[in-house]
Amino acid sequence: MSEAADTGQVDMHAANIKIFKFQDMVFHKITLLFALIVLAALVGILASLAMEAAPAFKTFGLSFLWSNVWSVPDDEFGALIAIYGTVVTSVIALLIAVPVSFGIALFLTEACPTWLRRPLGTAIELLAGVPSIIYGIWGLFIFAPLFAKYVQPYLQQAFGDVPVLGGLVAGPPIGVGILAASIVLSLMVIPFIASVMRDVFETVPPVLKESAYGVGCTTWEVVWNIVLPYTRVGVIGGIMLGLGRALGETMAVTFVIGNANRIRGSLFAPGNSIASVLANEFGEADPGLHISSLFALGLVLFLITFIVLAISRWLIHRGTRKQGS
Amino acid sequence: MFATKRINFKLAGLAAAMAMGIAASAAAFATDITGAGATFPYAVYTKWAEAYKAATGSNVNYQGIGSSGGIKQIKAKTVDFGGTDAPLSESELDGSGLVQFPAVMGGATIVVNLPGVASGQLKLDGATAAEIFRGAITKWNAPAIAMLNPGVKLPDTAITIVHRSDGSGTTDVVTHYLAKQSVSFMRDVGAGKTVNWPANDIGGKGNPGVAANVQKIVGAIGYVDYADAKKNGLNFVALKNKAGNFVLPNGDTFAAAASGANFKVKGMAPDLLDQAHKNAWPIVTATYILAYEKGGNGAQQKAVVDFFTWSLNNGQKMADDLDFVALPASVVKMVEAEMKNIK
Repeated sequence: MSEAADTGQVDMHAANIKIFKFQDMVFHKITLLFALIVLAALVGILASLAMEAAPAFKTFGLSFLWSNVWSVPDDEFGALIAIYGTVVTSVIALLIAVPVSFGIALFLTEACPTWLRRPLGTAIELLAGVPSIIYGIWGLFIFAPLFAKYVQPYLQQAFGDVPVLGGLVAGPPIGVGILAASIVLSLMVIPFIASVMRDVFETVPPVLKESAYGVGCTTWEVVWNIVLPYTRVGVIGGIMLGLGRALGETMAVTFVIGNANRIRGSLFAPGNSIASVLANEFGEADPGLHISSLFALGLVLFLITFIVLAISRWLIHRGTRKQGS
Repeated sequence: MFATKRINFKLAGLAAAMAMGIAASAAAFATDITGAGATFPYAVYTKWAEAYKAATGSNVNYQGIGSSGGIKQIKAKTVDFGGTDAPLSESELDGSGLVQFPAVMGGATIVVNLPGVASGQLKLDGATAAEIFRGAITKWNAPAIAMLNPGVKLPDTAITIVHRSDGSGTTDVVTHYLAKQSVSFMRDVGAGKTVNWPANDIGGKGNPGVAANVQKIVGAIGYVDYADAKKNGLNFVALKNKAGNFVLPNGDTFAAAASGANFKVKGMAPDLLDQAHKNAWPIVTATYILAYEKGGNGAQQKAVVDFFTWSLNNGQKMADDLDFVALPASVVKMVEAEMKNIK
């Protein structure tokens, strides 16, 4: 009697295992499918961009990348103006955002009274959630006029006669331009970089910091010699995340960069970024070289972002290997 | 035909409650149609669609996606009608089997930001305006401007040209006007929806973007459609028209320009710029509707004709209220004749 029951149980057990195995297999295949969809979308986007961009590259050749002509009436296009605007605004934005974010994260993890930590942290995360169009509207209607009235004239007074700096602040102080776009961008990426930095700073084992404090280190020495080396990889990741966002930011930049298709040395001068050119011209572009060149610009932006991502991966990889040894 | 006329007549005078009753009876024949295209007349078409729905129960859905988008969509047969600011040429119309007719007219205005100079106080003629927008005149106190404005105190401010950064029908009409005034403008800047502006320029996205930049930048000169200029309280420039008079943009000067236009051309898209009437505002444009001459869905196309027949006969006041200019009665007759080709 009991034997029969046992074999029955074993059978049931075996049957259950079969069902579990089947479930596992289905689960595995479904998740694999999801992962493949992402891959397919990526390849699809890249392929369609390349296909649409082909006529532009066929006409202008690789010199499309370094030609600084963007003329719709003459049907002549080059990417340099937009690449310049994209890279310069992003780099300046990072130059502003990285030290500020570092300070924010440092304060939050090392120096902030506990009761202030949560509200401040939440405020920064909220800032990250503000839609970019809001930054754009604010930049155009509030920031740019104030910038033109209270900052640019004084910058020109201070640096106007200095050889290189003077060139950077030349031109009429009209507010909108490369520098205004960079500053708005920096405000947009600060919350990203700061919250990543804060999170990684918090992963430092208290024991390490406490021993440093124990041997008499100042807060700065602890941060510079213990926290930063320990979290270097995460910090680089956070900066690259910010850079990625700055490179592709569209609406906010379109509002404040001035949208002029030329390169001038001055940071006060208006320019154009890849994303802003696309946002401006796609809607009314005529079929043919214009559309194709816009697709080519999209492809260039895709590649720039890809290169940034690759460099950050490489840095992180190198960083972790060094730490391992 | 008689019945519709009567309904129209009634509607003009009757209260909304009455209209609802008619709507209920007409709803049985309601066909919903979709259009897409130019953003410039978007406000007018949606206003008309709203009133038309109240009157007939039919839905008209118009998406402001831009003129090029409208042309693409109608050619791809994804919409029942397309809207475009830049009219298609005769050969393009024949090639794609489309009928084109004007729906409403409007004016583009030149606006400035010059402290101490009131709206309408600054006077320019076409040639000087072209020189400014070409970048050949870069200071507000330049002799060419001062000569046209005796008694006006012009500052020593740099001129900043504010233009549309997105491809735009407004840019198209303004640059064509300026190109007509000056060969050099045509050569250096060109005429079209996107052109090569000179070095002292700033681009703003959409009419609101240009308006905002003109408001914020001292010494700015730009162009926006009349409705946006009025809404933002921008300072107008008086332009010298073909008859030699300085005129300001408003409903009367737009209507004066419209009255002289000859729409009796294929595609109904004559050159409306720089009309000879003594009060005509020189930068007036019409915006156009595209529908199928052949190959369309018959019932849908009939609904398009019904909608525009109704709107052109009942929507004049709505257009005027939105600072557009309704087509003159004679032109409406011609449009009605042209719409007979829509099938």
